[in-house]
Amino acid sequence: MRILVLSKSVPDLVEELALDEDNGELLHDDMTYVPSEWDDHALEEALLLKEEVGAEVTVLAVDTGDVDNMLFTALAKGADHAVKLTGDFDLATSNRKRAQAIANYLRDNTFDLVLSGVQAIDDIDGQIPAIVAGLLEWPHASVVTEVSIQGEQIHFRQEYGGGLQAEFSAQAPLVLGIQAARKPPRYASIAKVRQMMKSSTVDEIDASADTVPELEIRRFFKPVAAGHAEMIEGDPEEVADRIITILKERKLVRG
Amino acid sequence: MQKAKPIELELAVVNGIELPGHWNRMFEPRVISEYDLSVLDQVTSIEGAESLGYCYQCGKCTAVCPVDTVGDYSPRKVFRRTQLGASLIDSPDLWLCTTCRNCLRVCPKEVNMIEIMPAVREQAVLEGKAPEELLTAFENTARYGNPLGEPPRKRADWVKAAEVPVPVMSQHKAPVDVLWFVECYPSYHPRGKDASVALARLFNALGIEFGILGTEEKCSGDSQRMAGEKGLFDMLAEHNIKMLSKYQFNQIVVTDPHAFNAFLHEYPKYGGEWPVQHYTQFLAPLIDQMNLTRPIPKKVTFHDPCYLGRHNGEYEAPRNLLKAIPELDLVEMGHCRETAYCCGGGGGGMWLDSFVRDYTSQRLSEKRVREAVEYGADILAVTCPYEVSRFEDAVKSTGNTGKLEVKDIAELLAYSAQLI
Ligand SMILES: Cc1cc2nc3c(=O)[nH]c(=O)nc-3n(C[C@H](O)[C@H](O)[C@H](O)COP(=O)(O)OP(=O)(O)OC[C@H]3O[C@@H](n4cnc5c(N)ncnc54)[C@H](O)[C@@H]3O)c2cc1C
Ligand code: SF4
Ligand code: SF4
Repeated sequence: MRILVLSKSVPDLVEELALDEDNGELLHDDMTYVPSEWDDHALEEALLLKEEVGAEVTVLAVDTGDVDNMLFTALAKGADHAVKLTGDFDLATSNRKRAQAIANYLRDNTFDLVLSGVQAIDDIDGQIPAIVAGLLEWPHASVVTEVSIQGEQIHFRQEYGGGLQAEFSAQAPLVLGIQAARKPPRYASIAKVRQMMKSSTVDEIDASADTVPELEIRRFFKPVAAGHAEMIEGDPEEVADRIITILKERKLVRG
Repeated sequence: MQKAKPIELELAVVNGIELPGHWNRMFEPRVISEYDLSVLDQVTSIEGAESLGYCYQCGKCTAVCPVDTVGDYSPRKVFRRTQLGASLIDSPDLWLCTTCRNCLRVCPKEVNMIEIMPAVREQAVLEGKAPEELLTAFENTARYGNPLGEPPRKRADWVKAAEVPVPVMSQHKAPVDVLWFVECYPSYHPRGKDASVALARLFNALGIEFGILGTEEKCSGDSQRMAGEKGLFDMLAEHNIKMLSKYQFNQIVVTDPHAFNAFLHEYPKYGGEWPVQHYTQFLAPLIDQMNLTRPIPKKVTFHDPCYLGRHNGEYEAPRNLLKAIPELDLVEMGHCRETAYCCGGGGGGMWLDSFVRDYTSQRLSEKRVREAVEYGADILAVTCPYEVSRFEDAVKSTGNTGKLEVKDIAELLAYSAQLI
């Protein structure tokens, strides 16, 4: 079983987003990037499968700059290989284009299972796994948990509204968007990551830059607040009085 | 079976009196150790953890270990459980020690928890067996340079509140006398920032030429090291030393006793050797110039931080500063100086609060606050950035709100000098 885990870095929301309000552009170079949280779950699920059935795990990132640390961390956690798709990519590269490069790579390299985070904060409809599967004409499922390998079959679950669970089985090759791994993503000690940087390599693969149909982002902007909450100041008695007055004004209390 | 090696001196000379030990030494293993010691051997074969094997169960540590007073843990118990075959790596015991150093002070066999704990914890971290909340602190520190997970770009934002110049070295472009290593909690925690503001104003009032690293500073990493993340410490030490090496200054002054410990004992191993003082040591000789005029007519007791007192031997500077404040009545708690109780924040305890709660009857900080109240203190004076928040929380959780205030010594000094 050969598993490919897709990983990408996303803007770190701990820092403020750098937004050029006048031009409606995100200033990618002024932001810090961190590995996407959901991709960490995809990697964890892959590593659990490796422990259970001896799968070989490769982690892949499109080279949007500064992805090495993320890949070495994945190696330190237990991935067997790391691949970086190089070419005409940067932090603003669309998901459509990234998916194309990943699909091209998957045409030339044999994998049974592709796991990706279900979505990323810059991709809230979970495009990459779906587009990759579409381009390859492979089956795909999203918002998946509890992947297991049962002989030739890959089993996994999805949760529906009303608490209903569904269990699926599929034949490889297959692309899954992982919602959450069965365990919290493991920690890679810094010493191990640094040791990986010295002892292992990231395979760089030139990815052809196809032209793909893309959307154009007109502008990024912060939503304009429609109204404001009233913050009630003062000591507890004053605050309580004010709350009672408001409740009375709105006729929410009797008497 | 291999012969046990005697650890006792063959001949000790105490006050000129010869104390031969030959008749009393254990050269052959006795019946008691003739069972499977493989688990103990696994632990003592870890570099740094050898001394666990020296324990002879005298129990002196149990009497002083702050964790044993609120739980069921002491070095004696760690040894015995390991000797009986319980894996330390899988035991909650591994995460309870705050590395307060009180046991080492009394242990006749120099069983050194300050080295055993980081060494064994490092192994546990590698094996993925560390508590989740601790790993979050490690991850935050690796990613953001501070365990709180606060934005690195905002590390120097607190200076705005100081309303006095706080030069950042990268913009200052001139040598300074004092490089002030601010650290994480004094940069980000609301109460930590209060102390930083106070200290910045004191430095200004004293005319000290000082500067800070600002966003170029990262956590000193000492507590992460004690909690088992040596690789992270390496990375942080290399970074901080590289940043500090860019600038010219005569000495480093730190707010945090944990950083003090790192600069004193660890950073020199990485090539970062500078004269370093805790801020209380730096300020104590300047008392006469501080203009401490506003009285603080309160009963004040002082909590010695483990890493300033027991680890590094400084007990006087903080007390001298407190005694210099007019009308301040300094009272000592029973556990003070060498025997001071621990706030529970050291050695990773700061990031293990919910974990430790499951194995202790009360927080160490709560026990300490109760002691301060028992001694009739109005103010608990502290001088380690972990403590203000820990003790303030403990004041609330022990129902002592309004009875006891927690203040950093910098805050008390700045108040007395009418700077805040
Ligand atoms: C962990 C351990 C287990 C042992 N188990 C066994 C066992 O199972 N069977 C066995 O036969 N033996 C055992 N022994 C050895 C046995 O305990 C000792 O040989 C024996 O106690 C020695 O007795 P002592 O009175 O000569 O000295 P100690 O018992 O050492 O008494 C010396 C006393 O003098 C006091 N003292 C020392 N200096 C001064 C001073 N300057 N002023 C005033 N007082 C002072 C000390 O505080 C102490 O109380 C064990 C020893 C240890 C450490
Ligand atoms: S260092 Fe402190 S907390 Fe740790 S075992 Fe020793 S006395 Fe107990
Ligand atoms: S004080 Fe030292 S020798 Fe005595 S029980 Fe504790 S660890 Fe063992």
